[in-house]
Amino acid sequence: MIRLLAALLAVLVLAVPATAGPPRQADLEAEIVCPTCHTTLDQSNSPIAMRMKAFIRVRIAAGDTAAQIKAKLVDQFGPAVLAEPPKHGFDLLAWLLPLAALALGAVAVGGLAWTWSRRRDDETGTGEGVELDPDLEQRVDEELARYEG
Amino acid sequence: MTGRAKTVGQVIAVAAVVGLLALLVWKLAFGNGSGAAGKLAKGEHPTAPAFTLERLDAPGTKLALADLKGKPVVVNFWASWCIPCKDEAPALQKSYEKYRSQGLVVLGVDAQDFRGDAKRFARRFGVTYPLVYDGHGSTLGKWGVTGFPETFFVDRSGHLVGERIQGGIDTERNKAAFAEGLQRVLASAQ
Repeated sequence: MIRLLAALLAVLVLAVPATAGPPRQADLEAEIVCPTCHTTLDQSNSPIAMRMKAFIRVRIAAGDTAAQIKAKLVDQFGPAVLAEPPKHGFDLLAWLLPLAALALGAVAVGGLAWTWSRRRDDETGTGEGVELDPDLEQRVDEELARYEG
Repeated sequence: MTGRAKTVGQVIAVAAVVGLLALLVWKLAFGNGSGAAGKLAKGEHPTAPAFTLERLDAPGTKLALADLKGKPVVVNFWASWCIPCKDEAPALQKSYEKYRSQGLVVLGVDAQDFRGDAKRFARRFGVTYPLVYDGHGSTLGKWGVTGFPETFFVDRSGHLVGERIQGGIDTERNKAAFAEGLQRVLASAQ
């Protein structure tokens, strides 16, 4: 038990620097959009993208967190500068609508599949209760009798 | 699926397609894709799209284009990172100084830029005409701005006149259009 607790503590101690460390330049460049070319900063060498990269570098060196750097960029350039829309307010719709559309699609496909499978069962049913034409029935009986005989 | 449900489904699908097509046609026919610049290019003189933006040269205050009605205005869209903007800045400042006594206002709209960079730019080039800040670029679509710098002329009645100038006003290809635009707004009546 003591060993288990010690191992857990070691994992926690090792994990803390990874989560609380300074933000990485490359990560932020992939999360911020260049306002003139509409690609992420890591995909752009436009003048404003270069300037924004320099700004991020300076803010990281100054000890800002990723959230603080993003907030400063949003203040200057607006929320469209974030590659991922915020998960609150009206922007939450950008996250919820695709999920809702996916769920709706799944329900529609499931409903259609169920309906089609039922119709197919009806069409290819066992035939019980289906009356054959008497002439045809007689012909089938004769053919069977001849075959068996 | 019953025949009726199938028909209803088909009607909904067809209605959705027709609705989307109608939206596309409406957008193509009436959409303001290229903003005021598009109308200007067709020979129209639309009302200059309104805006109210924070001032860079007077922190804490705002300036609305409507406040300048009755005055001839040159609206110049720029950014500190744009090279031709640096080249044309002295010429814009010179025009402002020359025609200011006749009521001319040169209004610089700094867009998609850092505030600090824009202020440094103004100090470096000795800009004394009013500057507003549009970091989000919210005015660009309405005006039809596609790059920096771009310059428009707003007459005393608040309508766009002359040509939309793309690129520096000091370049050989734009000098005449800039001079003509200036004369048109200065001569305009309210």
